[in-house]
Amino acid sequence: MSADAARRYAPAIAVHAALIVAWYLFVKFGRVPSFIMPTPIDTVATLGGANYHWLGNTLVTASEIFGGYLLAVVVGVAIAIAFTWSSIVEATFMPLLVSLNMIPKVALGPLFIVWLSYGIVPNMIIAFSISFFPILLTTVRGFREVEPELLELIRSLRASKWQTFRKIQLPSALPYIFSGMKVGAILAVAGAIVGEFLGSSRGLGYLMLQVQVTLDTAAMFMAVLLITFIGVVLYGLVLGLERLVIVRDARIR
Amino acid sequence: MSITVTEPFIRVRNLRKVYRKEGREFPAISDATFAVAPGELACLVGPSGCGKTTLLKILAGLQNYDSGEAQIGSPSHPFDPARDIGMVFQQPLLLKWRRLLQNVLLPAEILGLPMRESSERARDLLVMVGLSGSEDKYPYELSGGMQQRAAIARALVHDPKLILMDEPFGALDALTREKMNLELINIWKRSGKTILFVTHGISEAVFLGTRVVVFTTGPARMADNFEIELPEPRTLDIKTSEAFGDYSRRIYHLLGMQ
Repeated sequence: MSADAARRYAPAIAVHAALIVAWYLFVKFGRVPSFIMPTPIDTVATLGGANYHWLGNTLVTASEIFGGYLLAVVVGVAIAIAFTWSSIVEATFMPLLVSLNMIPKVALGPLFIVWLSYGIVPNMIIAFSISFFPILLTTVRGFREVEPELLELIRSLRASKWQTFRKIQLPSALPYIFSGMKVGAILAVAGAIVGEFLGSSRGLGYLMLQVQVTLDTAAMFMAVLLITFIGVVLYGLVLGLERLVIVRDARIR
Repeated sequence: MSITVTEPFIRVRNLRKVYRKEGREFPAISDATFAVAPGELACLVGPSGCGKTTLLKILAGLQNYDSGEAQIGSPSHPFDPARDIGMVFQQPLLLKWRRLLQNVLLPAEILGLPMRESSERARDLLVMVGLSGSEDKYPYELSGGMQQRAAIARALVHDPKLILMDEPFGALDALTREKMNLELINIWKRSGKTILFVTHGISEAVFLGTRVVVFTTGPARMADNFEIELPEPRTLDIKTSEAFGDYSRRIYHLLGMQ
Protein backbone atom coordinates (compact mmCIF):
# COMPACT_ATOMS: atom_id res chain seq x y z
CA MET A 1 0.00 0.00 0.00
CA SER A 2 1.46 3.34 -0.98
CA ALA A 3 1.65 6.23 1.47
CA ASP A 4 -1.08 7.94 -0.49
CA ALA A 5 -3.46 5.00 -0.20
CA ALA A 6 -2.60 4.62 3.48
CA ARG A 7 -3.60 8.21 4.09
CA ARG A 8 -6.85 7.70 2.20
CA TYR A 9 -7.90 4.53 4.01
CA ALA A 10 -6.52 5.42 7.45
CA PRO A 11 -9.71 7.17 8.70
CA ALA A 12 -11.89 4.22 7.63
CA ILE A 13 -9.61 1.69 9.35
CA ALA A 14 -9.35 3.88 12.45
CA VAL A 15 -13.11 4.18 12.83
CA HIS A 16 -13.56 0.41 12.54
CA ALA A 17 -10.89 -0.15 15.17
CA ALA A 18 -12.45 2.51 17.40
CA LEU A 19 -15.80 0.74 17.29
CA ILE A 20 -14.20 -2.53 18.41
CA VAL A 21 -12.36 -0.75 21.23
CA ALA A 22 -15.60 0.98 22.30
CA TRP A 23 -17.37 -2.37 22.26
CA TYR A 24 -14.63 -3.86 24.47
CA LEU A 25 -14.67 -0.94 26.91
CA PHE A 26 -18.47 -0.95 27.09
CA VAL A 27 -18.62 -4.62 28.06
CA LYS A 28 -15.57 -4.48 30.34
CA PHE A 29 -16.42 -1.39 32.34
CA GLY A 30 -20.20 -1.45 31.97
CA ARG A 31 -20.22 -4.80 33.79
CA VAL A 32 -22.31 -6.34 31.02
CA PRO A 33 -22.78 -10.08 31.60
CA SER A 34 -21.17 -12.12 28.84
CA PHE A 35 -24.43 -13.92 27.94
CA ILE A 36 -25.85 -10.48 27.08
CA MET A 37 -22.79 -9.21 25.25
CA PRO A 38 -19.38 -10.86 25.05
CA THR A 39 -16.19 -8.88 24.57
CA PRO A 40 -14.53 -8.92 21.15
CA ILE A 41 -11.87 -11.21 22.64
CA ASP A 42 -14.46 -13.74 23.90
CA THR A 43 -16.14 -13.58 20.51
CA VAL A 44 -13.00 -14.35 18.54
CA ALA A 45 -12.06 -17.04 21.07
CA THR A 46 -15.06 -19.12 19.95
CA LEU A 47 -13.22 -19.73 16.68
CA GLY A 48 -11.22 -22.32 18.59
CA GLY A 49 -14.34 -24.29 19.55
CA ALA A 50 -14.34 -27.52 17.56
CA ASN A 51 -18.06 -28.23 17.60
CA TYR A 52 -19.05 -25.01 15.84
CA HIS A 53 -17.73 -26.15 12.43
CA TRP A 54 -17.05 -22.54 11.47
CA LEU A 55 -15.40 -23.25 8.16
CA GLY A 56 -18.08 -25.64 6.92
CA ASN A 57 -20.95 -23.42 8.07
CA THR A 58 -19.33 -20.32 6.58
CA LEU A 59 -18.84 -22.06 3.25
CA VAL A 60 -22.48 -23.20 3.19
CA THR A 61 -23.80 -19.69 3.88
CA ALA A 62 -21.33 -18.12 1.47
CA SER A 63 -22.38 -20.45 -1.34
CA GLU A 64 -26.05 -19.68 -0.68
CA ILE A 65 -25.36 -15.94 -0.83
CA PHE A 66 -23.02 -16.02 -3.82
CA GLY A 67 -25.11 -18.56 -5.73
CA GLY A 68 -28.39 -16.75 -5.18
CA TYR A 69 -26.80 -13.41 -5.94
CA LEU A 70 -25.11 -14.56 -9.12
CA LEU A 71 -28.39 -16.02 -10.31
CA ALA A 72 -30.13 -12.72 -9.50
CA VAL A 73 -27.59 -10.72 -11.52
CA VAL A 74 -27.78 -13.03 -14.53
CA VAL A 75 -31.57 -13.33 -14.53
CA GLY A 76 -32.16 -9.65 -13.67
CA VAL A 77 -29.91 -8.33 -16.42
CA ALA A 78 -31.21 -10.91 -18.94
CA ILE A 79 -34.84 -9.96 -18.32
CA ALA A 80 -33.94 -6.27 -18.52
CA ILE A 81 -32.33 -6.92 -21.91
CA ALA A 82 -35.44 -8.75 -23.10
CA PHE A 83 -37.56 -5.79 -21.98
CA THR A 84 -35.31 -3.35 -23.80
CA TRP A 85 -35.41 -5.48 -26.92
CA SER A 86 -39.18 -5.67 -27.10
CA SER A 87 -41.64 -3.22 -25.63
CA ILE A 88 -44.43 -5.81 -25.99
CA VAL A 89 -42.55 -8.24 -23.75
CA GLU A 90 -42.05 -5.45 -21.24
CA ALA A 91 -45.68 -4.31 -21.32
CA THR A 92 -46.80 -7.92 -20.82
CA PHE A 93 -44.45 -9.13 -18.12
CA MET A 94 -43.38 -6.06 -16.17
CA PRO A 95 -46.75 -5.71 -14.34
CA LEU A 96 -46.62 -9.41 -13.48
CA LEU A 97 -43.13 -9.05 -12.05
CA VAL A 98 -44.22 -6.03 -10.03
CA SER A 99 -47.10 -8.08 -8.56
CA LEU A 100 -44.82 -11.02 -7.84
CA ASN A 101 -42.33 -8.71 -6.18
CA MET A 102 -45.06 -7.59 -3.78
CA ILE A 103 -45.15 -11.09 -2.30
CA PRO A 104 -43.05 -11.02 0.86
CA LYS A 105 -40.24 -13.38 -0.09
CA VAL A 106 -39.85 -14.47 3.52
CA ALA A 107 -43.39 -15.82 3.38
CA LEU A 108 -42.36 -18.04 0.49
CA GLY A 109 -39.58 -19.62 2.53
CA PRO A 110 -41.69 -22.39 4.05
CA LEU A 111 -43.03 -23.20 0.56
CA PHE A 112 -39.57 -23.42 -0.95
CA ILE A 113 -38.65 -25.82 1.82
CA VAL A 114 -41.72 -27.95 1.10
CA TRP A 115 -40.84 -28.01 -2.58
CA LEU A 116 -37.08 -28.33 -2.39
CA SER A 117 -36.56 -29.73 1.11
CA TYR A 118 -33.81 -28.47 3.45
CA GLY A 119 -30.48 -27.51 2.02
CA ILE A 120 -28.49 -24.99 0.11
CA VAL A 121 -30.82 -24.70 -2.89
CA PRO A 122 -33.99 -23.31 -1.23
CA ASN A 123 -31.91 -20.72 0.64
CA MET A 124 -30.18 -19.80 -2.59
CA ILE A 125 -33.61 -19.33 -4.19
CA ILE A 126 -34.73 -17.06 -1.36
CA ALA A 127 -31.54 -15.00 -1.69
CA PHE A 128 -32.14 -14.86 -5.43
CA SER A 129 -35.80 -13.87 -5.20
CA ILE A 130 -35.11 -11.04 -2.80
CA SER A 131 -32.12 -9.53 -4.63
CA PHE A 132 -33.24 -9.98 -8.21
CA PHE A 133 -35.87 -7.26 -8.48
CA PRO A 134 -33.76 -4.18 -7.68
CA ILE A 135 -31.18 -5.40 -10.18
CA LEU A 136 -33.87 -5.77 -12.84
CA LEU A 137 -35.39 -2.35 -12.13
CA THR A 138 -32.17 -0.35 -12.19
CA THR A 139 -30.95 -2.17 -15.30
CA VAL A 140 -34.18 -1.48 -17.18
CA ARG A 141 -33.88 2.15 -16.13
CA GLY A 142 -30.27 2.26 -17.28
CA PHE A 143 -31.10 0.95 -20.73
CA ARG A 144 -33.73 3.68 -21.03
CA GLU A 145 -31.52 6.53 -19.89
CA VAL A 146 -29.89 7.05 -23.27
CA GLU A 147 -30.38 10.52 -24.76
CA PRO A 148 -33.04 10.16 -27.48
CA GLU A 149 -30.97 12.32 -29.83
CA LEU A 150 -28.04 9.96 -29.51
CA LEU A 151 -30.33 7.14 -30.61
CA GLU A 152 -31.46 9.29 -33.54
CA LEU A 153 -27.87 9.90 -34.53
CA ILE A 154 -27.25 6.15 -34.50
CA ARG A 155 -30.48 5.50 -36.32
CA SER A 156 -29.54 7.97 -39.07
CA LEU A 157 -26.57 5.64 -39.72
CA ARG A 158 -28.98 2.71 -39.93
CA ALA A 159 -27.34 0.99 -36.97
CA SER A 160 -28.64 -2.49 -36.17
CA LYS A 161 -30.39 -3.25 -32.92
CA TRP A 162 -27.35 -5.19 -31.78
CA GLN A 163 -24.97 -2.29 -32.59
CA THR A 164 -27.21 0.12 -30.71
CA PHE A 165 -27.27 -2.20 -27.74
CA ARG A 166 -23.59 -3.07 -27.75
CA LYS A 167 -22.17 0.37 -28.44
CA ILE A 168 -24.67 2.68 -26.75
CA GLN A 169 -27.25 1.11 -24.46
CA LEU A 170 -25.12 -1.42 -22.60
CA PRO A 171 -22.20 0.88 -21.78
CA SER A 172 -24.49 3.71 -20.73
CA ALA A 173 -26.50 1.33 -18.52
CA LEU A 174 -23.44 -0.01 -16.68
CA PRO A 175 -23.46 2.53 -13.81
CA TYR A 176 -27.15 1.72 -13.25
CA ILE A 177 -26.53 -2.03 -13.37
CA PHE A 178 -23.83 -1.67 -10.74
CA SER A 179 -25.97 0.42 -8.42
CA GLY A 180 -28.66 -2.28 -8.65
CA MET A 181 -26.02 -4.92 -8.01
CA LYS A 182 -24.88 -3.14 -4.86
CA VAL A 183 -28.40 -3.02 -3.45
CA GLY A 184 -28.90 -6.64 -4.49
CA ALA A 185 -25.72 -7.77 -2.72
CA ILE A 186 -27.01 -6.50 0.62
CA LEU A 187 -30.39 -8.14 0.12
CA ALA A 188 -28.88 -11.46 -0.94
CA VAL A 189 -27.09 -11.76 2.41
CA ALA A 190 -30.32 -11.08 4.29
CA GLY A 191 -32.22 -13.54 2.08
CA ALA A 192 -29.84 -16.43 2.68
CA ILE A 193 -29.86 -15.95 6.46
CA VAL A 194 -33.66 -15.71 6.59
CA GLY A 195 -33.74 -18.95 4.63
CA GLU A 196 -31.48 -20.62 7.16
CA PHE A 197 -33.64 -19.38 10.03
CA LEU A 198 -36.76 -20.81 8.41
CA GLY A 199 -35.33 -24.25 8.01
CA SER A 200 -31.90 -25.64 7.41
CA SER A 201 -29.41 -28.10 8.78
CA ARG A 202 -26.19 -26.20 8.04
CA GLY A 203 -24.93 -22.64 7.71
CA LEU A 204 -24.19 -19.70 10.01
CA GLY A 205 -27.88 -18.85 10.42
CA TYR A 206 -28.57 -22.43 11.46
CA LEU A 207 -25.65 -22.31 13.88
CA MET A 208 -27.01 -19.14 15.47
CA LEU A 209 -30.30 -20.87 16.28
CA GLN A 210 -28.41 -23.85 17.73
CA VAL A 211 -26.21 -21.82 20.07
CA GLN A 212 -29.06 -19.49 21.04
CA VAL A 213 -30.59 -22.30 23.05
CA THR A 214 -27.55 -22.47 25.30
CA LEU A 215 -27.19 -18.68 25.51
CA ASP A 216 -23.80 -18.97 23.81
CA THR A 217 -23.87 -15.30 22.88
CA ALA A 218 -20.21 -15.17 21.93
CA ALA A 219 -20.75 -17.77 19.19
CA MET A 220 -23.83 -15.87 18.00
CA PHE A 221 -21.71 -12.72 17.74
CA MET A 222 -19.05 -14.63 15.85
CA ALA A 223 -21.66 -15.96 13.43
CA VAL A 224 -22.94 -12.41 12.83
CA LEU A 225 -19.38 -11.23 12.23
CA LEU A 226 -18.75 -13.99 9.71
CA ILE A 227 -22.03 -13.29 7.90
CA THR A 228 -21.03 -9.63 7.76
CA PHE A 229 -17.62 -10.63 6.49
CA ILE A 230 -19.16 -12.63 3.63
CA GLY A 231 -21.32 -9.62 2.79
CA VAL A 232 -18.32 -7.29 2.81
CA VAL A 233 -16.37 -9.63 0.53
CA LEU A 234 -19.31 -9.80 -1.91
CA TYR A 235 -19.77 -6.04 -1.84
CA GLY A 236 -16.04 -5.53 -2.30
CA LEU A 237 -16.03 -7.81 -5.33
CA VAL A 238 -18.89 -5.82 -6.88
CA LEU A 239 -17.06 -2.54 -6.18
CA GLY A 240 -13.86 -3.93 -7.64
CA LEU A 241 -15.65 -5.08 -10.78
CA GLU A 242 -17.33 -1.69 -11.07
CA ARG A 243 -13.98 0.03 -10.86
CA LEU A 244 -12.53 -2.30 -13.43
CA VAL A 245 -15.37 -1.74 -15.89
CA ILE A 246 -16.38 1.87 -15.32
CA VAL A 247 -13.46 3.80 -13.88
CA ARG A 248 -11.50 2.73 -16.89
CA ASP A 249 -13.84 4.94 -18.90
CA ALA A 250 -13.66 7.76 -16.39
CA ARG A 251 -17.27 8.03 -15.31
CA ILE A 252 -16.38 7.49 -11.66
CA ARG A 253 -13.43 9.53 -10.61
CA MET B 1 -21.65 33.91 -53.66
CA SER B 2 -23.96 33.15 -56.51
CA ILE B 3 -25.05 29.59 -56.96
CA THR B 4 -24.76 28.55 -60.58
CA VAL B 5 -27.80 26.77 -61.84
CA THR B 6 -27.04 23.15 -61.13
CA GLU B 7 -29.30 20.32 -60.25
CA PRO B 8 -30.37 20.76 -56.65
CA PHE B 9 -29.01 18.31 -54.10
CA ILE B 10 -31.99 18.65 -51.78
CA ARG B 11 -35.49 19.14 -53.12
CA VAL B 12 -38.37 19.79 -50.77
CA ARG B 13 -41.70 20.41 -52.46
CA ASN B 14 -45.12 21.02 -50.88
CA LEU B 15 -43.98 19.06 -47.86
CA ARG B 16 -46.62 18.54 -45.22
CA LYS B 17 -46.33 16.84 -41.88
CA VAL B 18 -49.06 16.53 -39.29
CA TYR B 19 -48.78 15.27 -35.72
CA ARG B 20 -51.84 13.45 -34.46
CA LYS B 21 -52.63 13.36 -30.80
CA GLU B 22 -55.89 12.29 -29.20
CA GLY B 23 -57.77 12.55 -32.50
CA ARG B 24 -56.62 16.10 -33.17
CA GLU B 25 -54.22 17.21 -35.85
CA PHE B 26 -51.36 19.60 -35.30
CA PRO B 27 -49.56 20.73 -38.44
CA ALA B 28 -45.80 20.53 -37.89
CA ILE B 29 -44.93 21.58 -41.42
CA SER B 30 -47.44 22.86 -43.94
CA ASP B 31 -46.33 23.34 -47.50
CA ALA B 32 -42.57 23.77 -47.39
CA THR B 33 -40.83 24.19 -50.74
CA PHE B 34 -37.18 24.93 -51.32
CA ALA B 35 -34.10 23.53 -53.01
CA VAL B 36 -30.48 23.40 -51.92
CA ALA B 37 -27.60 23.10 -54.38
CA PRO B 38 -24.64 20.81 -53.69
CA GLY B 39 -22.09 22.51 -51.44
CA GLU B 40 -24.49 25.08 -50.03
CA LEU B 41 -24.76 25.97 -46.37
CA ALA B 42 -28.49 26.48 -45.98
CA CYS B 43 -29.90 27.85 -42.75
CA LEU B 44 -33.39 27.01 -41.57
CA VAL B 45 -34.40 29.77 -39.22
CA GLY B 46 -37.49 30.33 -37.10
CA PRO B 47 -38.86 30.22 -33.57
CA SER B 48 -39.27 27.03 -31.52
CA GLY B 49 -42.11 24.84 -32.76
CA CYS B 50 -41.99 26.06 -36.35
CA GLY B 51 -41.14 22.65 -37.75
CA LYS B 52 -37.51 23.21 -38.68
CA THR B 53 -36.23 20.35 -36.54
CA THR B 54 -39.00 18.11 -37.86
CA LEU B 55 -37.88 18.92 -41.38
CA LEU B 56 -34.31 17.96 -40.50
CA LYS B 57 -35.49 14.64 -39.09
CA ILE B 58 -37.54 13.94 -42.21
CA LEU B 59 -34.46 14.52 -44.35
CA ALA B 60 -32.43 12.25 -42.04
CA GLY B 61 -35.00 9.49 -42.61
CA LEU B 62 -35.95 9.50 -38.94
CA GLN B 63 -39.54 10.60 -39.49
CA ASN B 64 -42.07 10.18 -42.24
CA TYR B 65 -44.25 12.88 -43.74
CA ASP B 66 -47.85 13.11 -44.90
CA SER B 67 -47.61 14.52 -48.39
CA GLY B 68 -45.29 16.30 -50.76
CA GLU B 69 -41.74 15.50 -51.62
CA ALA B 70 -38.44 15.44 -49.77
CA GLN B 71 -35.60 14.16 -51.90
CA ILE B 72 -31.87 14.17 -51.52
CA GLY B 73 -29.39 13.39 -54.28
CA SER B 74 -29.12 13.90 -58.00
CA PRO B 75 -27.51 11.96 -60.85
CA SER B 76 -24.32 13.99 -60.47
CA HIS B 77 -24.41 13.79 -56.67
CA PRO B 78 -25.84 10.38 -55.75
CA PHE B 79 -26.95 10.00 -52.16
CA ASP B 80 -26.92 6.89 -49.98
CA PRO B 81 -29.25 7.50 -46.99
CA ALA B 82 -27.33 5.01 -44.84
CA ARG B 83 -23.91 6.61 -45.07
CA ASP B 84 -24.25 10.09 -46.48
CA ILE B 85 -25.68 11.83 -43.43
CA GLY B 86 -23.73 13.35 -40.57
CA MET B 87 -25.67 14.82 -37.69
CA VAL B 88 -24.80 17.41 -35.03
CA PHE B 89 -27.23 18.30 -32.27
CA GLN B 90 -27.41 21.05 -29.66
CA GLN B 91 -25.76 18.71 -27.15
CA PRO B 92 -22.44 17.16 -28.18
CA LEU B 93 -23.76 13.68 -27.23
CA LEU B 94 -20.28 12.24 -26.94
CA LEU B 95 -20.03 8.82 -25.32
CA LYS B 96 -18.65 9.46 -21.84
CA TRP B 97 -16.84 6.15 -21.72
CA ARG B 98 -14.89 6.66 -24.93
CA ARG B 99 -11.81 8.72 -25.57
CA LEU B 100 -12.16 11.44 -28.17
CA LEU B 101 -10.71 9.52 -31.08
CA GLN B 102 -12.99 6.55 -30.37
CA ASN B 103 -15.93 8.93 -30.14
CA VAL B 104 -15.17 10.39 -33.53
CA LEU B 105 -14.86 6.88 -34.96
CA LEU B 106 -18.35 5.78 -33.87
CA PRO B 107 -20.07 6.29 -37.27
CA ALA B 108 -17.21 4.51 -39.04
CA GLU B 109 -17.63 1.53 -36.68
CA ILE B 110 -21.36 1.37 -37.25
CA LEU B 111 -20.95 1.53 -41.01
CA GLY B 112 -18.18 -1.08 -40.90
CA LEU B 113 -15.61 1.13 -42.62
CA PRO B 114 -11.94 0.03 -42.62
CA MET B 115 -10.61 1.06 -39.22
CA ARG B 116 -7.06 1.98 -40.10
CA GLU B 117 -8.07 4.52 -42.74
CA SER B 118 -10.90 5.80 -40.59
CA SER B 119 -8.55 6.34 -37.64
CA GLU B 120 -6.25 8.38 -39.82
CA ARG B 121 -9.16 10.38 -41.09
CA ALA B 122 -10.48 10.90 -37.56
CA ARG B 123 -7.07 12.22 -36.47
CA ASP B 124 -6.99 14.61 -39.43
CA LEU B 125 -10.50 15.80 -38.62
CA LEU B 126 -9.60 16.43 -34.99
CA VAL B 127 -6.74 18.57 -36.23
CA MET B 128 -9.09 20.38 -38.60
CA VAL B 129 -11.57 21.22 -35.84
CA GLY B 130 -8.72 22.45 -33.63
CA LEU B 131 -8.44 19.51 -31.28
CA SER B 132 -5.02 18.13 -32.17
CA GLY B 133 -3.42 16.47 -29.17
CA SER B 134 -6.77 15.69 -27.53
CA GLU B 135 -7.29 12.28 -29.17
CA ASP B 136 -6.88 10.40 -25.90
CA LYS B 137 -8.91 12.71 -23.69
CA TYR B 138 -12.26 11.83 -22.27
CA PRO B 139 -15.21 14.15 -23.02
CA TYR B 140 -15.38 15.41 -19.43
CA GLU B 141 -11.89 16.84 -19.82
CA LEU B 142 -13.09 19.21 -22.56
CA SER B 143 -15.11 22.42 -22.50
CA GLY B 144 -18.55 22.57 -24.13
CA GLY B 145 -17.15 24.27 -27.22
CA MET B 146 -14.42 21.66 -27.61
CA GLN B 147 -16.94 18.84 -27.19
CA GLN B 148 -19.05 20.35 -29.93
CA ARG B 149 -15.99 20.51 -32.21
CA ALA B 150 -15.49 16.80 -31.59
CA ALA B 151 -19.15 16.22 -32.45
CA ILE B 152 -18.57 18.01 -35.75
CA ALA B 153 -15.53 15.83 -36.45
CA ARG B 154 -17.69 12.77 -35.71
CA ALA B 155 -20.31 13.97 -38.20
CA LEU B 156 -17.60 14.14 -40.88
CA VAL B 157 -15.67 10.93 -40.21
CA HIS B 158 -17.59 8.72 -42.62
CA ASP B 159 -17.29 11.39 -45.31
CA PRO B 160 -21.03 11.96 -45.73
CA LYS B 161 -22.34 14.28 -48.43
CA LEU B 162 -24.83 16.04 -46.17
CA ILE B 163 -24.37 17.43 -42.67
CA LEU B 164 -27.53 18.14 -40.69
CA MET B 165 -27.01 20.49 -37.77
CA ASP B 166 -29.76 21.15 -35.25
CA GLU B 167 -28.90 24.32 -33.31
CA PRO B 168 -25.37 23.03 -32.79
CA PHE B 169 -24.13 26.16 -31.02
CA GLY B 170 -27.33 26.89 -29.12
CA ALA B 171 -25.93 25.73 -25.78
CA LEU B 172 -22.68 27.66 -26.03
CA ASP B 173 -21.93 31.08 -24.59
CA ALA B 174 -22.14 34.05 -26.98
CA LEU B 175 -18.41 34.47 -27.54
CA THR B 176 -17.74 30.79 -28.11
CA ARG B 177 -20.67 30.76 -30.46
CA GLU B 178 -19.19 33.56 -32.61
CA LYS B 179 -15.91 31.70 -32.72
CA MET B 180 -17.60 28.45 -33.68
CA ASN B 181 -19.47 30.24 -36.47
CA LEU B 182 -16.18 31.33 -37.99
CA GLU B 183 -14.73 27.84 -37.58
CA LEU B 184 -17.79 26.25 -39.14
CA ILE B 185 -17.37 28.42 -42.23
CA ASN B 186 -13.75 27.22 -42.44
CA ILE B 187 -14.71 23.59 -41.99
CA TRP B 188 -17.48 23.90 -44.55
CA LYS B 189 -15.15 25.53 -47.10
CA ARG B 190 -12.48 22.90 -46.61
CA SER B 191 -14.78 19.91 -46.64
CA GLY B 192 -17.06 21.07 -49.46
CA LYS B 193 -20.04 19.45 -47.79
CA THR B 194 -23.65 20.47 -48.16
CA ILE B 195 -24.81 21.66 -44.75
CA LEU B 196 -28.33 22.19 -43.47
CA PHE B 197 -28.13 24.33 -40.35
CA VAL B 198 -31.13 24.81 -38.08
CA THR B 199 -31.04 27.84 -35.80
CA HIS B 200 -33.26 30.39 -34.14
CA GLY B 201 -30.50 32.96 -34.27
CA ILE B 202 -31.29 35.38 -37.08
CA SER B 203 -27.85 36.93 -37.34
CA GLU B 204 -26.27 33.47 -37.11
CA ALA B 205 -28.39 32.38 -40.07
CA VAL B 206 -27.49 35.43 -42.18
CA PHE B 207 -23.80 35.22 -41.25
CA LEU B 208 -23.43 31.52 -42.06
CA GLY B 209 -25.91 30.85 -44.81
CA THR B 210 -25.62 30.90 -48.54
CA ARG B 211 -29.37 30.47 -48.29
CA VAL B 212 -31.92 31.09 -45.60
CA VAL B 213 -35.26 29.33 -45.33
CA VAL B 214 -37.57 31.10 -42.88
CA PHE B 215 -40.24 29.24 -40.90
CA THR B 216 -42.95 30.78 -38.74
CA THR B 217 -45.29 29.40 -36.12
CA GLY B 218 -49.02 29.65 -35.66
CA PRO B 219 -49.64 27.90 -37.99
CA ALA B 220 -46.26 26.31 -38.68
CA ARG B 221 -45.35 27.19 -42.23
CA MET B 222 -42.47 28.16 -44.45
CA ALA B 223 -42.50 31.92 -44.91
CA ASP B 224 -39.64 32.56 -47.31
CA ASN B 225 -36.55 31.12 -48.95
CA PHE B 226 -33.80 33.29 -50.38
CA GLU B 227 -30.10 33.35 -51.14
CA ILE B 228 -27.73 35.42 -49.08
CA GLU B 229 -25.17 37.35 -51.06
CA LEU B 230 -22.53 38.80 -48.82
CA PRO B 231 -18.84 39.42 -49.54
CA GLU B 232 -16.52 36.45 -49.25
CA PRO B 233 -14.73 35.43 -47.17
CA ARG B 234 -17.20 36.10 -44.43
CA THR B 235 -15.60 37.84 -41.49
CA LEU B 236 -17.14 39.37 -38.42
CA ASP B 237 -16.92 42.77 -40.15
CA ILE B 238 -19.81 41.97 -42.44
CA LYS B 239 -22.10 41.82 -39.42
CA THR B 240 -22.04 45.63 -39.35
CA SER B 241 -22.58 46.01 -43.09
CA GLU B 242 -25.75 47.44 -44.56
CA ALA B 243 -26.55 44.32 -46.56
CA PHE B 244 -26.30 42.20 -43.41
CA GLY B 245 -28.76 44.52 -41.68
CA ASP B 246 -31.14 44.34 -44.63
CA TYR B 247 -31.19 40.55 -44.61
CA SER B 248 -31.68 40.45 -40.84
CA ARG B 249 -34.50 42.98 -41.05
CA ARG B 250 -36.18 40.94 -43.77
CA ILE B 251 -36.22 37.90 -41.49
CA TYR B 252 -37.43 39.90 -38.47
CA HIS B 253 -40.31 41.16 -40.60
CA LEU B 254 -41.20 37.67 -41.74
CA LEU B 255 -41.27 36.53 -38.13
CA GLY B 256 -43.57 39.42 -37.25
CA MET B 257 -41.02 41.24 -35.14
CA GLN B 258 -40.65 44.92 -36.09
